[in-house]
Amino acid sequence: MTIKTTGAADRYPELTRAVVQILDEVVPGLDLDDIDPTADMRYEFDIDSIDFLNLMIGIDERLGVDVPETDYGDITTLDGLVAYLANRGAVGNV
Amino acid sequence: MPSLGADMESGTLVEWLVQPGAQVNRGDLVAVVETQKGAIDVEIFESGTITEILVEEGEEVPVGTPLAIVNGAHTEVATPQVAAAEPAATPKAAPASSPHRRFGEQRLRISPAARRLALRENVNLRDIHGSGPDAAITLADVELAIKAIKAPVDQKRTDSSAAMSEAIAAAMARSKREIPHYYLGHEIDMNSVMTWLERENTSRSVADRLVYAALLLKAVALAVKQVPEMNGFWTGGNFQPSDNIHVGVAIALRGGGLVAPAIHDTDRSSVEGIMGSLRDLVGRARSGRLRSSEVSDATITVTNLGEQSIEQVFGVIYPPQVALVGFGALVDRPRVENGGIFVRPTVFASLSADHRASVGHRGAQFLAEIDRLLQEPEKL
Repeated sequence: MTIKTTGAADRYPELTRAVVQILDEVVPGLDLDDIDPTADMRYEFDIDSIDFLNLMIGIDERLGVDVPETDYGDITTLDGLVAYLANRGAVGNV
Repeated sequence: MPSLGADMESGTLVEWLVQPGAQVNRGDLVAVVETQKGAIDVEIFESGTITEILVEEGEEVPVGTPLAIVNGAHTEVATPQVAAAEPAATPKAAPASSPHRRFGEQRLRISPAARRLALRENVNLRDIHGSGPDAAITLADVELAIKAIKAPVDQKRTDSSAAMSEAIAAAMARSKREIPHYYLGHEIDMNSVMTWLERENTSRSVADRLVYAALLLKAVALAVKQVPEMNGFWTGGNFQPSDNIHVGVAIALRGGGLVAPAIHDTDRSSVEGIMGSLRDLVGRARSGRLRSSEVSDATITVTNLGEQSIEQVFGVIYPPQVALVGFGALVDRPRVENGGIFVRPTVFASLSADHRASVGHRGAQFLAEIDRLLQEPEKL
């Protein structure tokens, strides 16, 4: 898994790996070697609202963070999602 | 062999999930069939005891070929449109067997060397078809299975997606060749839906949250009750309205494929029920395990393509259906109400309909009814 970033995905590699693993289960067949964590996840991973909801459910189950719908707007990129989760204390749950 | 799509001519029986003697109930999964749409789990159409298997694993047979005999009657494996190809055989006494015995629960026959290899390579024995006496799994079977697992996944994917592309091409070409489409478009104010949804979702745990697509599907299903000309099939030069409302949901697959499995009895399902079906269908469509009734039963199709970003979609009807509803992206637009201008979340809804089955006036009533229903989301 190659992650090119200077953002949160770099600072929290284990959390990032955990998130990408959940993502890979929700949308199988992702090219994990070529992820741009600064890109809009909807286009980068071609996910729709059902996939996104499944991602949130996986995060709740595995990382213990229930992301309220009102925060969805803050997490359009993988970097943003990792930063958000780190902020919510998910690092210790990996 | 059930017809799992307008242009399916044959299918390959990949795996039997039951064996002679098994008790089956209508709707049980009995076999896996490889089609141009990928592997499909086939459901049985009647209840009883499987007395005889007529098609072996690995055999490719034309649509309509009986696959097995249930209590002496040829199975109609979830194919209302395909009549049994042969008269029913003489009823036979069901062989003694433990009821509800399932394939995977039988004692596995396997050679010790084969078992060791399978264990070492982490191969699931249930996935292996034994070629030895009494279907015992031999060392060679395990070696073959390991080879298949290690075969380049991309190659498999390319083959099945090429077949799927062909099937889609055939169905769409037929649609445009035979169906005189007409198109209508209508902008829907989604303010009530989004406000209601936001309130609902605040009090729900993440796993129980709803997406607005579930409400769109329910509205389409209820609108069909008012305008039944949109729901059913054009067959043999006539429109056959359907008594059931099974809304098909177009799901794009990675690698370019497209499936539109049905949510059964969408009109009678709660929004929560539709939401559950939607999550389930999207998941299974992505992993390639849809059921026969899901891929063949849709009576009208909805495409929510616009969810990603585009504002309008005018779809191609999936024959022999007669209508397709398209929803574009949820976009904030200026709306004029009572002489004032307001910014509202809106969705552009379109209807592609078969002019042989309905006239534009009825199509317009249909879209207007969807709009009306979405203004009272709490009643959906």
